[in-house]
Amino acid sequence: MTDHKMSLTRRRLLGTVGAAAAVSPFAINIVRAQESKIKIGFPVPLTGPYGAEAEDQVRAAQVAIAEFNEAGGLAGRMAELLVRDDKLNPGEAATRTLELIENDKVNFIVGSLSAAVQLAVNNVTKQRKVIFNSISQSDAINEVADFSPYTFHEALNPHMTAGAVGRYAFQKFGKKVVFLTADYAYGTEMVTGFREAGKAFNIEVMGDIRHPIGATDFSTLLPRIQAMKPDILCISNFGRDQQIALKQATDFGMKKQMKIIAPILLYTGRIAAGEAAFEGVIGGTSYYWGIENKIASAKAFNDRFRKMFAGKVPSDYGSLAYGGVKTLLMGAKNAGSTDAEKVIPAVEALKYDYYKGPQYYRKCDHQSVQSVFIIESKTAPKDNPTDVFNVIAIDEPNEANLRSCEVLGHKA
Amino acid sequence: MAGLSLELIGLQLFAGLALGSVYVLLAIGLSLIFGMLTVVNFAHGAFFMLGAYVGLWLLSIGVNFWICLVAVPLIVGGFGLAVERTLIRPLYGRGIDYPLLLTFGLSYIIVELVRIVFGKSGYPVATPDALQGAVDIGVGYFPLYRLFVMGVTALILVGLWLFLERTRYGLIIRAGARDAQIVRVLGVNISRVWLMVFGLGCGIAGLGGLLAAPLQGVIPEMGGPILAEAFVVTVVGGMGSLMGAVLAGLLVGVVVSMTSLFAPEMAKVAIFALMAVVLLIRPQGFFGRAGLMS
Repeated sequence: MTDHKMSLTRRRLLGTVGAAAAVSPFAINIVRAQESKIKIGFPVPLTGPYGAEAEDQVRAAQVAIAEFNEAGGLAGRMAELLVRDDKLNPGEAATRTLELIENDKVNFIVGSLSAAVQLAVNNVTKQRKVIFNSISQSDAINEVADFSPYTFHEALNPHMTAGAVGRYAFQKFGKKVVFLTADYAYGTEMVTGFREAGKAFNIEVMGDIRHPIGATDFSTLLPRIQAMKPDILCISNFGRDQQIALKQATDFGMKKQMKIIAPILLYTGRIAAGEAAFEGVIGGTSYYWGIENKIASAKAFNDRFRKMFAGKVPSDYGSLAYGGVKTLLMGAKNAGSTDAEKVIPAVEALKYDYYKGPQYYRKCDHQSVQSVFIIESKTAPKDNPTDVFNVIAIDEPNEANLRSCEVLGHKA
Repeated sequence: MAGLSLELIGLQLFAGLALGSVYVLLAIGLSLIFGMLTVVNFAHGAFFMLGAYVGLWLLSIGVNFWICLVAVPLIVGGFGLAVERTLIRPLYGRGIDYPLLLTFGLSYIIVELVRIVFGKSGYPVATPDALQGAVDIGVGYFPLYRLFVMGVTALILVGLWLFLERTRYGLIIRAGARDAQIVRVLGVNISRVWLMVFGLGCGIAGLGGLLAAPLQGVIPEMGGPILAEAFVVTVVGGMGSLMGAVLAGLLVGVVVSMTSLFAPEMAKVAIFALMAVVLLIRPQGFFGRAGLMS
């Protein structure tokens, strides 16, 4: 009787152990798979007029991911990039972001390449309490209405960029200014930035002409600008719009009569449009690879990028993606967690120099305080077709060049 | 309105005519095809874009721009012939909406194929060396290349006029547009006439695309906006009327240009406002025959 009972118990015991042994490695794997990856959702406009810039953002983000993983990740947890095409459409971007959060269970969102689209993404991440690091220009995202503790802004904002370019150009080329501007958030914020910076120089705004985004012909706007005879023509548009506007302005012979400036000169745009259209145009940028002979972190980043992508150099907007992904990953590493509430203070505490010199996030609006490079387009030397800009001035990182926390509506 | 001088208005007028030239190149093809075949060709913008891409491809393999001016319309026109023969011909006599839907779908397919072959992001096209720079036209400086585009358009129009009015083939085309039935009874192979007309219209659209490429670069979607504008032009000028397409094309260019001078943000709307006004006053357009659509 006892014997029988014993044997039953033993059989049962064996069975249980056997089953446990068979199941457990699998179960442990599932748990580890969920734990091990740090997922970063990355919505960018791969299709549409900013496709070339978006592709470079993906490349640079992959550099940050690779470096993080090679350094051992977050105590063994590796990072992974989940790229989505937002088609430069706010609705599309919001949907993709929501899917990334709900279905893919991403830890962070980094991305967007439009002043308008990033606000749509930010709206979603704000509600879901997921950290979002925006890597394209916007002033609104700093303001109290759109900002949330989960919002970070690695990119420059129009106020900083236009301010830096304006302060450089207005004292050098003259006070009579005409604006030619793409009629949406990016353009209007840039013009506001230029006008603000221009107050100190008493600039005279002779014309403020708006064109629809995606315009293909500027020929009907240019004669009027010529007739105004300004010292400076300030063209605030982006991507293909910028390339076409500069090409047509060159065709109309406008560079002989006035200096053309742009808040941002895009590396990808300059490479695509060729030297003639951009020749002599002055603008700002968050990054140009050519600073590598002055800044060690830029050299390291460029070299890594070249190694991963067959000798290519990173673009301006690409580098922002590198910075945007890297700061969040380093924040997570320092916090020892991907929990948003722990990562936020860790990112706020960063004093970093990852690729362009010293940077930090201002406490009140999470705007990255950083330098702005003033560049002039030139003809590339025969032996190096990527050498397309001269860095002619550097606007050093300075909170005084940002709008104050009070102006933005934050309680200091 | 400081600085508003006679020179500026003159220059602005000129910019409008230059802009109108490209509209004209697209609209005469549309109008020709509609007038003869009663086909509303929604793929016309795609043929325009195809012209730009064929040009881009030829230039990239070292063909010079002047040869492209001849080769591109031939290649795109040839593609047009194939489209008419295989896709559109079976739909004749089935009502106006059949070919309309077909060409609408076709335009999506062509754009998607170009995206697959050439990629989604566009390419810039350099202005030919001989046509770079600006020249003094009396009221101010104007880009040489835009003058060239106007010249080519004028040449095409004169050539087309001579062809239609002064040749035997032109006579048949005109007769075919009046009454296809009678022409057929007289022993003319009207199918062949329609084939040629469709090819011709597409070829001119392709040439328009090639000419537009150095102005705005090329992207797969470039045919979309200009097709909408070309439709406005054909509606204003009168569906099926060549004269109407030419005058309305230039008029639309000038309206855009003059609106840009005073209220740039209204320029796009002005085109459609013009169309609305013309439709209210003269529903068949400037030179359109009433009842062609029914």
